[in-house]
Amino acid sequence: MEYVLIFISAIFVNNIVLSQFLGICPFLGVSKKIDTSLGMSAAVAFVLTLATIVTWLVQKYVLDAFGLQYLQTIAFILVIASLVQMVEIVLKKVSPALYQALGIFLPLITTNCAVLGVAILVIQKDYNLLQSVVYAFSTAIGFGVALTVFAGMREQLELVKIPKGMQGMAIVMLSAGLLSLAFMGFSGVDGGLKILFGLD
Amino acid sequence: MNAIQIIKNGIVKENPTFVLMLGMCPTLATTTSAGNGMSMGLATMAVLICTNVVISCLKSVTPDKVRIPVFIVVIAAFVTLLQMVIKAYLPEVDASLGLFIPLIVVNCIILGRAEAFAAKNSPVASLFDGIGIGLGFTLGLTLLGMCRELLGSGSIFGFTLIPETYNILLFVLPPGAFITLGFLIAIVNKIRN
Repeated sequence: MEYVLIFISAIFVNNIVLSQFLGICPFLGVSKKIDTSLGMSAAVAFVLTLATIVTWLVQKYVLDAFGLQYLQTIAFILVIASLVQMVEIVLKKVSPALYQALGIFLPLITTNCAVLGVAILVIQKDYNLLQSVVYAFSTAIGFGVALTVFAGMREQLELVKIPKGMQGMAIVMLSAGLLSLAFMGFSGVDGGLKILFGLD
Repeated sequence: MNAIQIIKNGIVKENPTFVLMLGMCPTLATTTSAGNGMSMGLATMAVLICTNVVISCLKSVTPDKVRIPVFIVVIAAFVTLLQMVIKAYLPEVDASLGLFIPLIVVNCIILGRAEAFAAKNSPVASLFDGIGIGLGFTLGLTLLGMCRELLGSGSIFGFTLIPETYNILLFVLPPGAFITLGFLIAIVNKIRN
């Protein structure tokens, strides 16, 4: 039940983009079309889960074991950058079809702060490995949900006439604000679930 | 280009918050008050100045193929230093910015300026570019923080201006960040044209 709680609160209550503000760059950059946003979400889900597992292991068995916690930022960013590079090479060799679909998004993910953010968050929250994996995967789904819904909104926005000053990023920000407002409706759901599952 | 031109370019023509739209994550997340926005801006500026100068000094010895990893290591080293300094001397800043201090590493402004400016110009010019872009970012964050704090908590830098009854809590919450920034961008667009 604990995992269900992590799952639901990471997707809806503490959505990574709309309430924690991580991964805003791809959220604004790749949300013009639903197709590309789905591709990006899949790539993020893959890399985020993998990166969280690897950085968790690095933290527990290298940094903690040798008392090198102060190297966390450097170690994590290097692990993530090389992991993305490696995933790209492996994918190119093993599954060209998948590489075709996700390839262009992979280099962008290194600078997606959601990946580094989640890697640091699971350490701060003191999650065990399974909890970390569930948290990372649900966060990625939350990212996908926000990105895809937002892409749908932006496709509709193309069809309306927007006042001159509001064109471009301004109207995009306002729509993101409205979406974020909608997601605020979920606040408190995690508390209710906690009571329901008897975890308090 | 002389120093004043480079600094002005960073604040007005290539303002990272309102024109280049880079580093949006800390911009939206840490501007719940003017003070928080300003400390985030200054922290980023400190890292940006150091990395710009160091990367510009290293540009002749960095092989082109591995320049991005080299940039990332330099940036991560300075962020780690800054993280330690803030933890030791400014614990209240550490508490309010939290996760977003290590995340300066992935702030696109820093890698972007390393690639677009520091790798091509002299260390002195890169120093001024760091100051200019850093000031532009700090100004953007402080302005956004001031608007959100005034509307949401009725104060600016902690000085109460509007009584509590008239505060609109929404502007301190996540949706307020997007909405305030949207309107500020629209106003800046209007002034620029």
